[in-house]
Amino acid sequence: MGNSIKVPVVEKLLDANDQVAELNRRLLDEAGVLAINVMASPGAGKTSLILQTLRALSTEFRIAVIEGDTAPVTIDADKVSALGIPAVQINTGGDCHLDAVMLRAGLAQLTLTDLDLIIVENVGNLICPAAFKLGTHRNILVASIPEGDDKPYKYPNMYRGVDVLIINKIDLLPYIEFNMDFFRRGVELLNPGLLTFPLSCKSGEGLQPWFDWLRTEISMRRK
Amino acid sequence: MHELPVTESILSIALKHAQAAGAQRVTDIHIVLGKFSSIVDDSVQFYWDLISAGTICEGARLHFQRLTPRMQCQDCHHEFEVNDILHPCPHCNSFNLTLLSGDEFYLESIEIER
Repeated sequence: MGNSIKVPVVEKLLDANDQVAELNRRLLDEAGVLAINVMASPGAGKTSLILQTLRALSTEFRIAVIEGDTAPVTIDADKVSALGIPAVQINTGGDCHLDAVMLRAGLAQLTLTDLDLIIVENVGNLICPAAFKLGTHRNILVASIPEGDDKPYKYPNMYRGVDVLIINKIDLLPYIEFNMDFFRRGVELLNPGLLTFPLSCKSGEGLQPWFDWLRTEISMRRK
Repeated sequence: MHELPVTESILSIALKHAQAAGAQRVTDIHIVLGKFSSIVDDSVQFYWDLISAGTICEGARLHFQRLTPRMQCQDCHHEFEVNDILHPCPHCNSFNLTLLSGDEFYLESIEIER
């Protein structure tokens, strides 16, 4: 006793999650299907964006949606199913984010080789989903005008880790104090050159470039 | 918050290395955290006391080393620390910056008794 020894470890926490994420990525790549992880605060318009995307692209591509929700409510999944699109509901059991193991369970319910695009709707939260890799190809963040222009400064992790930024509800710009230059400067600090699509899911303005980007991404991965 | 899975990860990594080193007891655990990794120390400690009970890690002290994020200006190559608010390069005022560190999150070492 009293013989204290220091043992060096240097092992990344959440490494187990990252390993499952890599497995997920391999499954998706083998099937030639693009998977995107849609993240946002609650109410930014994740579901609206997904529904608009399904309406525009479901005649061209085979799409499925995986819905992450903290509670066993199927409101979002029901809206997707109403469009005739396969929807898998993952209930996180109160957890604030999806993780790679949960996504793996969701993917197991789909026939990946029958799909071109999987849209994963993460839990509405600007903090936790950023820390958990899923294995999806692209991380999409939906910001919205009513949230305010200071969000990149307050949630730097979320803005740093994404590949695409959607700025939703631009139809509300005349009614809300939102300094677009200040917002974009924060984004540029955290994620230089980030691909950004300002749009409105309600009016339809700006949706076309987002659809075109998705079309290109899907065809790049297709086998 | 997601401190529970994080704490579970700390426990499983610590147990693995403690057993490999033939430990009777783990006394201290050293964790390195960048300030940009959104983890609350007190919350990890709370879960730790619950889930480490009955293992050789029970009662081990958790030490958190918080690293201050560092940025580098891509125009003048000046390196500086970022405390709370993001700001332009203090040397040349440029916004063309790259984050060098600040999101580290790993278990650095454990102290054991045999």
